Amino acid sequence: MRELSLNVMDVAQNSVRAQASLVYITVTESDLEDNLTISISDNGCGMTEEQVQQVIDPFFTTRTTRKVGLGVPLFKLSAEQTGGSFEIRSKVGEGTVTTAAYVKSSVDMTPLGDINSTVRMLIQCNPDIDFVFTHSTDADSFTLDTRELREVLEGVSLDTPDVLEWIGQFLEENTQNLYGGAST
Amino acid sequence: MKSLAELKAIRDRAKAQLDLRKENPNAARVLVGMATCGIAAGARPVLHAFTEEIAKRGLTDSVTVTQTGCIGICQYEPVVEIEIPGEEKVTYVKVAPEMVARIVNDHLVNHNVVTEYTIGAISK
Repeated sequence: MRELSLNVMDVAQNSVRAQASLVYITVTESDLEDNLTISISDNGCGMTEEQVQQVIDPFFTTRTTRKVGLGVPLFKLSAEQTGGSFEIRSKVGEGTVTTAAYVKSSVDMTPLGDINSTVRMLIQCNPDIDFVFTHSTDADSFTLDTRELREVLEGVSLDTPDVLEWIGQFLEENTQNLYGGAST
Repeated sequence: MKSLAELKAIRDRAKAQLDLRKENPNAARVLVGMATCGIAAGARPVLHAFTEEIAKRGLTDSVTVTQTGCIGICQYEPVVEIEIPGEEKVTYVKVAPEMVARIVNDHLVNHNVVTEYTIGAISK
């Protein structure tokens, strides 16, 4: 994967397939502490301890259509190649938390990439699932919570083009703020 | 900054149009393969390009853009399938964002399949 945001899109898909109704995506980065952490947490069907062990094996998948599943192994690799760490915690019936921690200054660090596009696309393609996206840096932090948007929207779907446009701009403006750029 | 007040205005406009959309069960579907293989090959900008082009042309009531999983032809990703009710399903392969405007114009608007981009033409 060329960007970590693509790994996020891929792994978040697992939450969708696990019938989650609420998915938290949290990106925390710090130049001072030289780390970046991505956490994807859902309230889906969860996995047994045995399945958690299997899921990091590229030759394991719950699908029956084919025999490989590369999403989680690639995500794990991206973190560990920087000297970071990777963890999956899961409980059947409660959900799954996947956490990848990166050493930002590592030469093998993959850029975060266009995480806003990922979030927007996840909302667009799964308008019935709630996403809570939080992005923080040393300077600041912001959150997009689709449950709040849903309240305002009163039944208008989140994948309405104008709403998606609004979400895209909201993410863009807040991200500029996060990196200390002037908002125009 | 984007405000919730703005979102409310969007909601009111959308509600006014909602009835219009319900009347259209025959919407065409654009399915973009978004499994690990598709994502890695660059499906995200392709889906984005379709969404933008369709909004630009005001086709949002008659075309829906959505994602699908891996259909087993990972070497041809990004793969886009177009389903128009009453017409044969068409599978476009190795789709780049630059190709999207033409597919929307020729296929979705004018019902002429862009043969050179289809799996039949490329897998020969």
